[in-house]
Order: sequence, then C-alpha cells, then structure tokens
Amino acid sequence: MANTIRGAAAFVGAALAGLGEAPGMSSEDIALQASYKALAEAGLTTQDVDAVFGALPGDCSPLSGLLLAEMMGIKPKFTDNNRTGGSTFLSHTLMAAMAIKEGLCDTALIFYGSNQRSASGKLVSSVKPFTYEADYKPLFPATSYALAASRHMHEYGTTREQLAHVAVAARKWAEMNPDAFMRDPLTIEDVLASRMVSSPLSVRDCCLVTDGGAALVMVSAERAKDLPKKPVYLLGGAAATWHMNILAMPDLAESAAADSGPRAMEMAGVAHKDIDVVQLYDAFTINTIMFLEDLGFVKKGEGGAFVESGAIAPGGSLPVNTNGGGLSCVHPGMYGMFTLVEAIRQLRGECGERQVEGAEIALCHGNGGVLSSQITNILGTEAAL
Amino acid sequence: MSEANEPVFTQPGPDKVYQEYLQKGQFCIQRCNACQGHVYYPRALCSHCGSYDMAWVEPSGRGVVYAVSVINRRAEKGGPYNVVLVDLEEGPRMMSRVEGVDHNAVKIGMSVKARVDTTGEKPMVVFDQV
Repeated sequence: MANTIRGAAAFVGAALAGLGEAPGMSSEDIALQASYKALAEAGLTTQDVDAVFGALPGDCSPLSGLLLAEMMGIKPKFTDNNRTGGSTFLSHTLMAAMAIKEGLCDTALIFYGSNQRSASGKLVSSVKPFTYEADYKPLFPATSYALAASRHMHEYGTTREQLAHVAVAARKWAEMNPDAFMRDPLTIEDVLASRMVSSPLSVRDCCLVTDGGAALVMVSAERAKDLPKKPVYLLGGAAATWHMNILAMPDLAESAAADSGPRAMEMAGVAHKDIDVVQLYDAFTINTIMFLEDLGFVKKGEGGAFVESGAIAPGGSLPVNTNGGGLSCVHPGMYGMFTLVEAIRQLRGECGERQVEGAEIALCHGNGGVLSSQITNILGTEAAL
Repeated sequence: MSEANEPVFTQPGPDKVYQEYLQKGQFCIQRCNACQGHVYYPRALCSHCGSYDMAWVEPSGRGVVYAVSVINRRAEKGGPYNVVLVDLEEGPRMMSRVEGVDHNAVKIGMSVKARVDTTGEKPMVVFDQV
C-alpha cells in the first residue's frame, strides 16, 4: 500500500449551498458560497487555497477552474476542470490526493454550483447531441437509462415495482433530511401511477431538477489533524469507462462500476462487510439497482429483490443515499459531488435523525454520461486508517 | 517514421462517406480489413484492433431488437414513439426505431430488417419487423 494514495489526504471542509431553488443566483454565486462555507468549516479562507478543481453546468465557462480561481483571487499551482459528467468530482478527489501526496499543492478546493432549475427549469446537459442517436429523438439522458432498464428487466426479471422501491427508499431518507427538496411521503403506488416518461421509467424514476452547489477542502492527512473538523480520509478510488453513448455500451445491464468498485476497495483495503454507508449516483432508479450489483453488494440480477426487501431504506441492512439522493434531495445536473458531502457528514456523525450509528467507512459512487463514466471513492474516519 | 509506415487515410472522412451512401438510399457500415470486425457508427480507426484499414460494406440488414423504450410524447405533439437498440447480424449495435407495428408491440428479441427511409427531412435507417 506504500505507493498508493490511501489515507494520504483528508477532507477537512464539506459544505452545501443554494439547494433546491436559488432564484437570482448564478451558478458561480452558488459555487462561491459553498466554497466559502467549506473553507470556513476548515478554519481557512480562499487565500489559503493553492489548488482548484471543479465544474459548472455546460452553459457556463468550460474553463470553470480558471474562472472560479480568478473570482476568489486564488493563484493555483494546480487546476483541473476535467469533466467526466456527474462523476467528475470523484475524479477530482483522486487528483487532489495525488497532488497533495506528491507535494504539488497543500490546500485543494473542489467546487460545484448550478442554477439550472431557476435559470432554465430543466436538466442542463453539457453533452452535445450525437447524430447517430439524436436522429431517432431519444430523450437525453432519460431514454438511454430507460433502454438499460428494459434490458435489466428482460435479463433478470426486474420489475417496475422494484424500481419504485428505490424511489420510495430515497424519499424515506429525504423525509429525515431538512436540506432535501422533496420530503412528502411517497408510496409505490404513487411512483407507478406517475406519468410515464420513457418506458419503463416514469417521472418518479427520474432525478430531480434543482439548483444547488457544494464544495470540499482537502489537505494532507498530517495537516488535517490540526484543523477544527474531524478529518475524513480518502482511502481509495478508481475510475472506469467502457463507452460514451448508450449504443456503444457493451452490456446494458452491467456498468463499468464492476471494474471501478473492486479496484477502489482493493486500494482502500476494505471488504463489503466493512462498509457502513453507501452513496450512489441515482440519476434514475435503475442506477441504484445496477450499481449495488456491479459494486458487488449483491449478485448480478438480485438488485431488484434486494431493494424490494427494504434493505436500502431507513432501518434496512445497508443504508443507501441517506440524504435522499438525486431522486429526492438535490440534483442540479452533476450529482456526484453530493455523494461525497453526505458521506463526509455521516462519517463525522453530523446527520441528526438520519445518522447511521457508528459509521466509519463509506462508499461513494459517481456516474457520468449515460452509465458511461464510473468512479468509486472509499472514505473513512481515523479508525479506518 | 518511414513513409512505408504512414497509414494512408483516404478523403473524405468516414462520417461524410456514410452520409453520402445514405443520401443514395444505401445503408453501409465499415469492416476492418485487418481483423474482419465490423463497426457502427463510422470512424477512422477500427475499435476492435486499431487498424486504419477500413472498407465499406453493405450489411445484410437483418438484426434483433436488443433494448426498447417508448417515449410518452403528448398526443398534441405527435404521440408516443419507440426508440430501439438493434444488434446487426454483423455484430455492431445501433439506435433506430421499428416502424409498422404498435409501439407497445416492439419487444426485445424481435427480428427486424433495415430500410433506408427517405421520406423525412434527411434519410434515416429504420427497421421493419420480419
């Protein structure tokens, strides 16, 4: 393990801003607010930052790392606007940990902000229409996920009711999260009766369209001990991409999480039984089922029955998406960032009513494109080092 | 690098060639002369083996529906329509739609055959049930 980034860097600040609706605010405003709050939590200011990572929605500056650094008066030694879709931030954490470990920077800020709901009222995508798909008018990205769901149902007998259980479990967690956008009770019948969008996915199988932003601060593990918040360490991470467009996905019922998950867990030196809480990018209900399988929490094809048993809902055997996820908490377009913030808060023990007792190790999984980019991060407390 | 090792890329690029075939009512895909693997959509290098030596061939047109979704477009905008992924007999998978049947009757595993539809704004490859 000596040559890996395991435990080399820690999260010392994690903050949210502009969740839900943030009328009158630009994406940059939201990202700056989140950055201020994350740095303040760490006892730091913008002037302490020497590395900037992040992304804004597709309609903002593609060089968003440069823009945000300029706006905050930061002169970064290391800047990364790498974009792999909504998984982007789980790649930024890996790059930041490497840069910190190698001495290229000391204080890394990772930012995200999006005003898509207030600005446009719909999902803002940074992906250009791909002519060999767009000519047939698929809804982007919903139809791509719907095609995957159709295949999963065909191969494994997964049902719409089982998909609905994912949405209902997310809502039950959201009911305990004051930051969540949708907190009204939701039933299986509600999900099944909601308007069909792209079969087999209905409105309640699809993530929210909200505003929102978040920021993270990372420093070396050694320095983290002297800062105010309980440090949360990056124990492992890995990325995998097998396709970009859905027509090129090798097997629509299996994602590259089957590759990123095992490698991240190997780096972290953890087994499934060690993981206390799981945060998955649930852009659509099928994601949660597929990722639980591909990451190895259940066998391939058994994800539907697993969620139907209540296992991922409050009180179940595996707490999943404890903030309410992209389905019920927040989804400003690139949700990956929020998997990290919720994991960090769970590991710090800050989650109030929805706190998972004694959580020491968390798995975060980001998804980008249309099941395209898969990135897994394993986070842990000092006890997990 | 010696000149002998410089691959010769023919002009125009594969995307343009594909569209030109389509304009003539022909559905063509590429086959790699090095590994005999087929690819769709058009590209300059073989994604099976890395060769640049790609030839144009007319596929059989036979395929099987691999995945399907019906988009619930409102009636006033034209009503529902299907989007499918079809596995071509030669191997590649492509997005398209199945015509001539009720949208809800399009099922995974259905045998279909390609046809170039020239009635729309631009020619498109669509499929009929066989």
